[in-house]
Amino acid sequence: MSLTRRNLLAGAASAPVLMSASHALAQGIQPKRGGVLNVILNPEPPVLQIGVNNQTPTLIQGTKITQGLLKFSPTLDPLPELAKSWTVSPDGLEYVFRLQENVKWHDGRPFTADDVIYSVMTFNREIAPRLRGVLSGIAEATAPDPHTVRFVLKQAFQPFLLCFDATALPIVAKHIYDGNDIRSNPFNAKPVGTGPFKFVEWQRGNFVRMERNENYWKPGQPYLDGILWRVIPDAQSRRVALTGGQVQMATATDIEPFDVPALRQAPNLNVTTKGWEYFSPMFWYEPNHRIKPFDDKRVRQAMSMALDRNFIVNRLWFGLGKAATGPVASTTRFYDASAKVAPFDVAKARALLDEAGVRANAQGIRGSFKHLIPPYGEIWTRMGEYFRQAMRQIGFEVTLESTDAGTWGSRVANWDFETTSNVLYQFGDPTLGVERSYVSSNIQKILFTNTSGYSNPKVDELFNRARVSGGEADRRAAFSEVQKTLVEDMPLLWVVEVNYPTITDKKLHNAVQLGTGDHASYDDVFLA
Amino acid sequence: MELSRLPGFLLRRVLKSIVVVLAIVVCNFFLIHAAPGDPATVMAGQSGAADPAYMEQLRRQFGLDQPLTTQLWIYLKGVLQLDLGYSHRQQAGVAGLIADRLPATLLLTGAAFLIAIAGGVAMGALAARRVGTWADSVITVVALAFYATPLFWVGLMLVLLFSVTLEWLPGFGMSDPGLNATGLALALDVAKHLVLPAVTLGLFYLAVYARLTRATMLEVADQDFVKTARAKGVPEGRVLRAHILRNALLPVITFAGIQAGQLVGGSILVETVFAWPGIGRLAFEALLARDYGVLMGVFFVTSVVVVVFNLLTDLLYALVDPRVEVA
Repeated sequence: MSLTRRNLLAGAASAPVLMSASHALAQGIQPKRGGVLNVILNPEPPVLQIGVNNQTPTLIQGTKITQGLLKFSPTLDPLPELAKSWTVSPDGLEYVFRLQENVKWHDGRPFTADDVIYSVMTFNREIAPRLRGVLSGIAEATAPDPHTVRFVLKQAFQPFLLCFDATALPIVAKHIYDGNDIRSNPFNAKPVGTGPFKFVEWQRGNFVRMERNENYWKPGQPYLDGILWRVIPDAQSRRVALTGGQVQMATATDIEPFDVPALRQAPNLNVTTKGWEYFSPMFWYEPNHRIKPFDDKRVRQAMSMALDRNFIVNRLWFGLGKAATGPVASTTRFYDASAKVAPFDVAKARALLDEAGVRANAQGIRGSFKHLIPPYGEIWTRMGEYFRQAMRQIGFEVTLESTDAGTWGSRVANWDFETTSNVLYQFGDPTLGVERSYVSSNIQKILFTNTSGYSNPKVDELFNRARVSGGEADRRAAFSEVQKTLVEDMPLLWVVEVNYPTITDKKLHNAVQLGTGDHASYDDVFLA
Repeated sequence: MELSRLPGFLLRRVLKSIVVVLAIVVCNFFLIHAAPGDPATVMAGQSGAADPAYMEQLRRQFGLDQPLTTQLWIYLKGVLQLDLGYSHRQQAGVAGLIADRLPATLLLTGAAFLIAIAGGVAMGALAARRVGTWADSVITVVALAFYATPLFWVGLMLVLLFSVTLEWLPGFGMSDPGLNATGLALALDVAKHLVLPAVTLGLFYLAVYARLTRATMLEVADQDFVKTARAKGVPEGRVLRAHILRNALLPVITFAGIQAGQLVGGSILVETVFAWPGIGRLAFEALLARDYGVLMGVFFVTSVVVVVFNLLTDLLYALVDPRVEVA
């Protein structure tokens, strides 16, 4: 379902229908009040406030406390959260949000438009690296009344609404943060929000305890008495805790992919890979274009042809994802299915390398390079090992390099690598999550910029056109063109659209309903 | 031991120890900062997004924009005032972070220490007394197995047996926060959670003590004063306890001194497998996150404890064996 201005305007009306279509009700199970949900928290976040820290575990636990103005369906349609309705002016410059009226912060103070304006214009503008540019495009933020917020943009920015999820623009209490240094605020370790669960206790290294917010703004909710987040640092212990029923939920990378098939068979567990549509993580192998022969697009194309993406999805990720067809994930808006990477074909890859002048010596070796493995779990190592095998098929000897997080980050940021791999979120719109890896203006010595060093003026121009254009059709045309160009240039070797598993006890209902999956408030989640 | 020489000995040792600890602090500081990457890079890596303003904000906040020598000077000044600094990553004082984790670690390593010493010396003594019999063989083989098996594997197997299959003991955590227990109920709950990690951690040292005790007891048993004692008609049990075991304990004490020094360091492996909220994990995670303050704080505390336990071991020698003098 595509997002047009018409259904944007109608968002407020259609949303409640979507909201009530929750899985459990559809199955005829009545929500039941009571019970504490035990969830794995891994790795333990350094602070608990979303925005101040944006690691996945921080976001997953933090969304139970801190909310956003909107939330998003699996097809990325905006649904009401702290904003009960909204309108967008026809020229795409003015956004007006009507806020829920009976909302209180966990400390009892009322939630008003001032909090929203503070959160957007100060809190997030200061600390959200990804949205700084978007938020500085807001010319005017006003509160016509305590429950209405009006933003006027300097120029139309079509993906603007997508930025209002709790994980991107968390709404925080002005009275907690205003006038204090945001990053060293003591409330970062004991967040105060509007959400269905209140922070109670954090024993570092052990657990985080949340309890039901009795004054939650949705009457009768939440259903759970509380949530206990258990810190379990060892992957096998996490699996044992899940199968043994000590925890009822594991998220994201808690369980290694190779353990998932066995858990799919466990009688007490459900495994779903839904709920990553908003983030759409894309896994790729990244060659450093500053190093020969990676500056030649024929070499990159050949490397891509040597990768059997279906094998990778089935045998390395055990079905937790989809073979990537190009730079934009199929769940992201403006995905163009016709722009496809060339299929797996080793013979053709070899021929292409010959044509590029990268010839094999008597031993069949065309060259050798290093592959820097990110240190984020077993799957990364296996992906590195697969890469070595695949490259050997076309005559490249690959040496694997292992590192820790600090070393990997600093080497990639400083362009000190030959090849590496990475996963980046796409955030529903190519302008928000894809552009940053390809435009030459973002070639910086910083992680998650255009670290490969790829540069093509045509791509720069197309991404810019899509960014500043307010028209959906024009953006679609620009993005289709950009996808075709990127698939031809192959700056990065896109491999898997990752869908991490959310593994839940069968007693747990409604855990994954949104396009943000377990990054949801959980006000309608229950144990029965 | 001549008590009159004790104060002078202590004073000299304490002064030396301070110099040693400060040298350790300086070495650690440069070693840690020599590792590539910094806490800002790690944080950016974990957040999946960064821009120049963000990186600059973080580095300024962490004090990384200062020259390294300035950073060292600030840190040393703090340490001399017993101020271990602040973890900007975790937004908490380092001393507090360490103090939060220390009880859990001391409980785990202390329990493992007791299991190891008591079990190991008893097994070793038994084996030495029944040397060459089946009891000796069993103990020797078991000790060798404990000694050779990797800790994390023992831990996982114990979890599989006692908490997954038999469901007797909890397999992870230090308590069940769902119980909301206090007082005696909490102590019982913690004790239940303590069994598996303490046994896992204790087994290795138990094997070491058993082998050490057995070997030295056999060595001592051949000596003339033991024969004399037997010839005098001293009962066999007393020969074993007062003559053989006491003299065989010196190497055990040496080793126990080393182990005691490591008590505070905790065990990264066992704490990780059993999700025990101890200091080993704190240090390991700080290392991966380049959380310099926490890492140096843990190193500082552990080096102080090692130095103190070395001193205590030396004093204990003199107590057990009057021939050893403090000097």
